[in-house]
Amino acid sequence: MLNYILARILTFVPTFIGVTLISFGFIRALPGDPIVVMAGERGLTEERYAELSAQYGFDQPIWIQFWDYLTGVLRGDLGQSFVTKRPVWDEFFALFPATLELSICAMIFAVVLGLPAGVIAAVNRGKFFDRALMSTALVGYSMPIFWWALLLIIVFSGILQWTPVSGRIDLLYFFPDPTGFMLIDSLASGQSGAFLSAVRHLLLPTIVLGTIPLAVIARQTRSAMLEVLGEDYIRTARAKGLAPGRINGIHALRNALIPVITVIGLSVGTLLAGAILTETIFSWPGIGKWMVDSIFRRDYPVVQGGLLLIAVMVMLVNLTVDMLYGVINPKIRKR
Amino acid sequence: MDEALSAEAAMVEERPGRLREFWFYFRENRGAVIGLSIFAVFAFLALFGPWIAPHDPTAQFRSATLQPPVWQAGGEWRFFLGTDPLGRDLLSRLIVGARFSFFVGVVVVAIAATGGILMGLVAGFAPRWLDAIIMRIMDIILAFPSLLLALVLVAVLGPSLLNAMIAIAIVLQPHYVRLTRASVMSERQKDYVTSARVVGAGYFRLMFVTVLPNCLAPIIVQAALSFSTAILDAAALGFLGMGAQPPTPEWGTMLAEAREFILRAWWVVTFPGLAILVTVLAINLMGDGLRDALDPKLKRS
Repeated sequence: MLNYILARILTFVPTFIGVTLISFGFIRALPGDPIVVMAGERGLTEERYAELSAQYGFDQPIWIQFWDYLTGVLRGDLGQSFVTKRPVWDEFFALFPATLELSICAMIFAVVLGLPAGVIAAVNRGKFFDRALMSTALVGYSMPIFWWALLLIIVFSGILQWTPVSGRIDLLYFFPDPTGFMLIDSLASGQSGAFLSAVRHLLLPTIVLGTIPLAVIARQTRSAMLEVLGEDYIRTARAKGLAPGRINGIHALRNALIPVITVIGLSVGTLLAGAILTETIFSWPGIGKWMVDSIFRRDYPVVQGGLLLIAVMVMLVNLTVDMLYGVINPKIRKR
Repeated sequence: MDEALSAEAAMVEERPGRLREFWFYFRENRGAVIGLSIFAVFAFLALFGPWIAPHDPTAQFRSATLQPPVWQAGGEWRFFLGTDPLGRDLLSRLIVGARFSFFVGVVVVAIAATGGILMGLVAGFAPRWLDAIIMRIMDIILAFPSLLLALVLVAVLGPSLLNAMIAIAIVLQPHYVRLTRASVMSERQKDYVTSARVVGAGYFRLMFVTVLPNCLAPIIVQAALSFSTAILDAAALGFLGMGAQPPTPEWGTMLAEAREFILRAWWVVTFPGLAILVTVLAINLMGDGLRDALDPKLKRS
C-alpha cells in the first residue's frame, strides 16, 4: 500500500515540473520581446531595458531563470499583476472561494439529480423511464453550456424576472466576508434578504455549471448499476426475498458508487473549464472570469500564475482520487 | 467441380464481411441511425452550403435588421429564421456556418488522431524510459482544463479559427495516446504478435501492419467523441472571442455577436446554439452506436 502511494507521488513530481515548465515557457512563447511584454510600458529606453532585464533575471542563462522561477513558485511567489499590482497568489486565493462555492453547488446539484436518475434508469432498463432519462442525459452531455446559460437567462431573467443576470449578490447588501462563501457570509451577517439574494444569484450559474456533470453522473451511475445488478450476490439477495428497494438502494448502489465517485473526482477539470464560460456569462467574480479577463487585458503574469495554480490544483485532486481509489480497490494497487 | 466451386462461393457469401457485421449491429441502435442521418445532412450542408443558402451570409439588408422569424408577427418568408442586428439572414448564416464546424471537427480529429496514434504506438513499443517520458508529457497536458489550455494557446498564437483548431487538437491528443498505448500493451503480448516477430517482422511492420488494425475499434469511437468535443470547444472559443472572428458565420461567434440582444431578439441567440446542440447530439448518438457495434464486450448476443 505504502509503495503504491509513494509510486503515485513520485509520478507527481515530474508532472509538476513539466507544468511549471509550461507556465514558465508561456511568457517566453508570446510574440514579441518578453521584457517589453512583462514591463507593460511603452517606449523603453536602453537603460530601462537593461534594468528590467536584470530585475526579471533575463540576463541569466535560461536554466538559472527556470530554477529561480521554480523555487519562487515553491515559496508562493508568482509575480504580480500588471493591472492591480497585487501579487498573483493573493488575487487567486481572494477569488478562489467564489469559484469553489459555485463548483460545490454545481456538484451537489449534479449528484442529487444524477444519482437517482441513473438508478431509476438502470432499474427500468429498456423501458420508458430509462429511455427518457438517458435521452435527456445525452442532450445534457452534448449541451453547449454557454448557449444553455443564455437560454436560461432569456426564460428566468427575461420573461419570468425571477433571477438576476450577474454577480453574486445585490449591491444593496454589504457585509464582511470571513469565509468568502457568499451563502455562509450572508447568513452570518443577519441582514434580512441577503441570503435569499445570494441564493437567487447562485441559481442559474449552478444549473449551467452542473448540467454536464449531471449528465455524466447519470450515465455512469446507470452503467455501473447495470453491471452490479447482474452479479450473483444480487440474485442471492433477491432469492432471500429482500425488498427490491432495499436491493437496489443499498446492496447494488453501494458497489456501483465506486466508479461513480471516481468520475466525480475526475470531473474537477471539467468543472473548471465550465467555470470559465459560466463565470464569464454571469459575471461571477471567480478565477474562471479572472483568467479570461486577464487574457484579454494581456495581464500575462496573472495568466501564467493562474494557469499553474489551476493545473496544480487539478493534479492534486486527481492524485487524491487515485490514492483513495487504490485504498478502496486493491486491484488497482497491483499494477 | 463447378458445383464445389459455387458451393464455396456461397459459403463465402454467407459469412458476413466485417463491414456488414458492423452495419448489422449499428443498425440495431435506433438513436445511432438517427444520429447518422442528421450527420449526413450536416455534412451535406457543410459541402454545399453556399449554393443552398438563400442569401449571401454576409450580405446586410439594412432595411430589415432584427426581423423575427416568419411565424412571428413582423416576419416574412424572405428571411425564414429572421435576421441578425446587421440585417443578415440567419438561415443563410447557419447553413454556411455548418462548414466551419465540420471543418473544425475533421481537421482537429485528423491532427489529434494521427499524432496520438503515432505517439501511442511508439510509447507501446518503446523501451520503458521513452514510454515514461511520453506518458508524463501527456499527463502534463491533461493536468490543464482543456478549454483553459486552448484559450492560453490561442492567446499565444493569436485568435483565429486555424489557431483554435491547433490548440484544440493539442489538447485532445493525449486521449488518443493513452488509448492507443493501452491497446498496444494488451495486444503485443498475444501469440499472433509473437509469431509475427519470430517470422522476422521489423518494428515498423509490427506496429502498423500487425498491431494497429487490432487497436482501431476504441480509437474510432474516440474519434467520433472528439469530433463533437472539437465542435463544442471551437464554438466556446468563438463565443469567448478567441476563435473564428466576425463576420465569419461560425456558430459560436454568431452567439457572441448576438449576446447583447438576447432579451430583445430571442431568435438570434436560440438558433445558432440549437444548431450546435443538434450537431453535437447527432455525433454523440453516432458515437454511442459505434461503441456498441465495435466493442465486442458490449455486444448483445
